[in-house]
Amino acid sequence: MKAGQMPGAEAREAKAWLGANRWLLARRVTQIGILLLFLVGPWFGWWIVKGNLSSSMTLDVLPLTDPLLLLQVLLSGHVPELVAFTGVAIVLAFYLLVGGRVYCSWVCPVNMVTDLAEWLRMRFNIKGGGHLSRRLRYWLLGLVLLLPLLTGALAWELINPVSLAHRGILFGMGLGWMVILGIFLLDLLIARRAWCGHLCPVGAFYGLIGRFSVLRVSADNRSACDDCMDCFAVCPEQQVIKPALKGAPKGLGPLIDDGLCTNCGRCIDVCAQDVFHFTHRFDNPVPAAVAGPTHRSEASP
Amino acid sequence: MGGKVNKVFDPARRRFLTEGFRSVAGVALVAGVLGAWQRQAKALPATAIRPPGALDEEDFQGACIRCGLCVRDCPYDILKLAEFGEPVALGTPWFHARTGPCEMCEDIPCVVACPTGALDHALTDITKARMGLALITDQEACIAFQGLRCEVCFNVCPVRGKAITLELHHNKRSGKHALFIPVVHSSDCTGCGKCEEACILDEAAIKVLPIHLVKGMLGRHYRLGWKEKEKAGHSLVTPDTPHQYNLPEGLKYDYEGKGLIREQQPSGPQDTPFSSNPLDTLNRKGGL
Repeated sequence: MKAGQMPGAEAREAKAWLGANRWLLARRVTQIGILLLFLVGPWFGWWIVKGNLSSSMTLDVLPLTDPLLLLQVLLSGHVPELVAFTGVAIVLAFYLLVGGRVYCSWVCPVNMVTDLAEWLRMRFNIKGGGHLSRRLRYWLLGLVLLLPLLTGALAWELINPVSLAHRGILFGMGLGWMVILGIFLLDLLIARRAWCGHLCPVGAFYGLIGRFSVLRVSADNRSACDDCMDCFAVCPEQQVIKPALKGAPKGLGPLIDDGLCTNCGRCIDVCAQDVFHFTHRFDNPVPAAVAGPTHRSEASP
Repeated sequence: MGGKVNKVFDPARRRFLTEGFRSVAGVALVAGVLGAWQRQAKALPATAIRPPGALDEEDFQGACIRCGLCVRDCPYDILKLAEFGEPVALGTPWFHARTGPCEMCEDIPCVVACPTGALDHALTDITKARMGLALITDQEACIAFQGLRCEVCFNVCPVRGKAITLELHHNKRSGKHALFIPVVHSSDCTGCGKCEEACILDEAAIKVLPIHLVKGMLGRHYRLGWKEKEKAGHSLVTPDTPHQYNLPEGLKYDYEGKGLIREQQPSGPQDTPFSSNPLDTLNRKGGL
């Protein structure tokens, strides 16, 4: 990335606009498409999906239930109906396959808000850089699970911006837009990717689900990397790239093997050298060339 | 001295401690706010009615995942999910009886749709639902108490003739008419709110309220004497003493209905107990 350029400029030259925005477009189509699936019911009376992301029923046969919510219900001391467990099993199986945080980048409606904030930050070079720990989300996740134990109620759902946004679009927002605006301003002015990348306990939970998921991004063509830094600039979880992209001397494979990677595919889009590709978690060839030196350095006193 | 300090200072350790401390402080703050907010959220406004089969408010807010499937399956579209800023816990379903009461579907689709059982699936007979309890909140405004014929609440009640009955009372104002007073019976009222919706007043005089706000309870030690007597079949304390009246000769009093009874007086010359001569009364044997 040259000074003054938005990340991805070189990719646009190399691959044309469509080639440099394929996954971004696919994500937007999916995010909006999922919203529309829920919305055509109340809008036109075409009931494909009822409910919302907390729990839904598709075509009266496919139940889907949010695992984090079910966990909170259980911790509050209530045992739900069987259909909720079925819904959770299907959701868990899906995200174990495609990556837990696919929920964040391909489904969650808040993502479009925080992506907009991030785009504005880059476009207008907004520097607000308050420091937040990326581990804060696990503290908050602990809190989310502790509150039902203490209060007997799903206290997190009084404020949860993720379910609030989706439910608000489908059932009525009330003053909920203030919470969404708060998150937008937080991401825009206080800290980069503050909500999705540092605070959101829902994302933290899906990250844990995705710890062992199958679908992964791999820097399989990392030898072609020209250090333009575009992938770092666009990645919502920058820390996951380095081990895969620059780990060859340390004997690390090219697979981005981190549950926090959202599989958004933006790094694939913006790379002019085609370093990144989607693959599965078992496609992770450990570089043979460095196996020797690593071994030697361990053996030396 | 300075060297010593530098030796002890470990930036990584410092960062770890600072970050940990900040996290704990921040999360504790969020916990405090959310905990307090949650306590407040459990106080459901009296006019917000939960759908049929809803668990007690305390349990409901731990069981309901705010998915809105009950809202979607309500054929009359009366349910809504609480929006941010409304006084009902965010995202939970409720309805307002005056503007849209529960139509008491026989198949109770909202309960069937609930994936968690926050609306209890054990409820299969809608007449067993207890969403709230109707109450004549204003006898001064209800026109039945003015002696006017209305009975709209009685007639729209889906559990007609059981949940609301009409009791006849004497109309003291006219002296000759009856008041048709509606009386709600908690044994049959489902709290659907049809009566509140239908009340003809500008502001309903009959309202559905949470049961705990409406129902009184007699002290557990309390016994109603006549009921206990009925149960035992006899008086539980000393037998009833016969009533005694200090009446003029020849008169008895039946306290159970007949009132004053004049007995036959074979021996006396008078045919009324009271002589026209006041001296006779004064000189009567036994005195006054």
